[in-house]
Amino acid sequence: MVDLGIAFARVAFIMGFVLNLGGLLTWVERKQSAVMQDRVGANRASILGFRLFGLFHPLADALKMLTKEDFMPARADRVLFLVAPVASVFFALSGFATIPFGDVLQVGGREISLQAVELNAGVLYVFAMLSMGVYGVVLAGWASANNFALLGGQRAAALMISAEVAIGASIMGVCMVYGSLDLQEIARGQGAYWGGVIPKWGLLTQPLGFVLFLTAGIATTKRAPFDFPEGESEIIGYNVEYSGMKFGMFLMADFVETVVVAGMTTALFLGGWQVPWLFRDGFHLPGGLLIGLPHLVVVLLQVGAFVTKVVAMVWFLMLIRWTLPRFRYDQAMRLGWLGLLPLAVLNIVLTAAVLLL
Amino acid sequence: MASAPASPPPPKVLLVRREVAAHPRQRFYLAEVLVGLRVTAGHFFRNMGRWMRGQKGAVTYQWPEDRRPLASRLRSLHRLVRRDDGSPRCVACMMCETVCPAHCIYIVAGEHPNPDVEKYPTRFDIDLGKCVFCGFCVEACPEDAIRMDTGILEFSAFSREGLVYSKDVLLALEPAGADGLPTMAPPAALVRRGFE
Repeated sequence: MVDLGIAFARVAFIMGFVLNLGGLLTWVERKQSAVMQDRVGANRASILGFRLFGLFHPLADALKMLTKEDFMPARADRVLFLVAPVASVFFALSGFATIPFGDVLQVGGREISLQAVELNAGVLYVFAMLSMGVYGVVLAGWASANNFALLGGQRAAALMISAEVAIGASIMGVCMVYGSLDLQEIARGQGAYWGGVIPKWGLLTQPLGFVLFLTAGIATTKRAPFDFPEGESEIIGYNVEYSGMKFGMFLMADFVETVVVAGMTTALFLGGWQVPWLFRDGFHLPGGLLIGLPHLVVVLLQVGAFVTKVVAMVWFLMLIRWTLPRFRYDQAMRLGWLGLLPLAVLNIVLTAAVLLL
Repeated sequence: MASAPASPPPPKVLLVRREVAAHPRQRFYLAEVLVGLRVTAGHFFRNMGRWMRGQKGAVTYQWPEDRRPLASRLRSLHRLVRRDDGSPRCVACMMCETVCPAHCIYIVAGEHPNPDVEKYPTRFDIDLGKCVFCGFCVEACPEDAIRMDTGILEFSAFSREGLVYSKDVLLALEPAGADGLPTMAPPAALVRRGFE
């Protein structure tokens, strides 16, 4: 019974974090792009005269999407048309399950690993869920009985294949350095130090892998500069026949995937929940100074560090999304197959050579 | 038989492949990405810093709470200037109606009780749906009886009739304040139609 409660609490934390952050991203997207472009951004939705920097706009959005006409084309495949957005959101949401948001929490003699699911192949799981997300998009394209939608779905499939190969290959370097496929183990491995000063974060041990993973990760979110499955100025994309909350679910899936990629980047390259020089009993500063901290404070600091890193990463992904123009379809294919993949393989070889020496 | 004039030779189809030779740094792309990110992130942090200090980061004027300053010579909604007793200064000389390039002014003259004034408008309508805001009526007026200095720019209506301003409405308008902003709200659509 207690185990069930613990499992529930862990899942609730992850779901609450991912869903809230994903929902908030509609606001972040509007406001951040506005600030970057010297604008104000959406700020007109108000409740009782309170505008709160436009924070009510996500609520207004949801209300609008729930009350809009839910249209389905006459020749659409009725079942697949319904399944597609659900699949999209489901795989995006379940992707976060193995990403650790803290080390071990000790409560009443129990040791609770702070992640929704303890899985020794956590990297592969996230990777699989990100790849499965494309099913929603491809199904949407197919079930809409619309050539533009089909084209969008096909583009998404092509993009996903070329990006996933590179993503898998770029993760391998990290797995080799930290010797595990378990994300919790990888996060712990990043708590080691060079000379007791510089933390061995994935960013420093795998700089090339970081760039490759980030590029391919942005591609899997299907957002700009890789948003040609949508390509709203040319083919409108896989979601052309969708309206109302079904369309909103595709939007939601994109945002949640952004959060998942940010969480994955944090866990693999930014030290996960690691705070520099923070160990289980407190801070061990490089000068040999020790600041002891109670267990609960340490855990809270770790969770806080994880959340901060994810939010910062999301900010960075948004910055990229609002800076770069869209790749052409063939350019992205070329980037994936001729740029990212060979470099990722090279990264594996280099990592292996360094590890052997 | 003269042969038909020789048709000009068909234009040679040239296959031009335009490829702009990219700088190696641009071909590498990543460096250029960082340059772009520096620009956008610079704007982000500069604007956020201004916002933190309570300054304006955006170029936006948040109308209607936040109005742009208007130039003092801006031609805005017309008004009819009043005499001390509140009657129009207009003497119905028809100058403005004549000069108006859009034919948007309609005046009906009546006899004024004062023989020195001779005439006054019994009707003075301006159809703002036609008005081009050229200001010729103001220039033409010998009595300085019509001005375009109210600062009012928002006079939309739900019907074309709603854009016809009658004499009473035009007489009731006030000039803009020293800052060029209107001192009164634009008259409501029903009043404009004279349906009071």
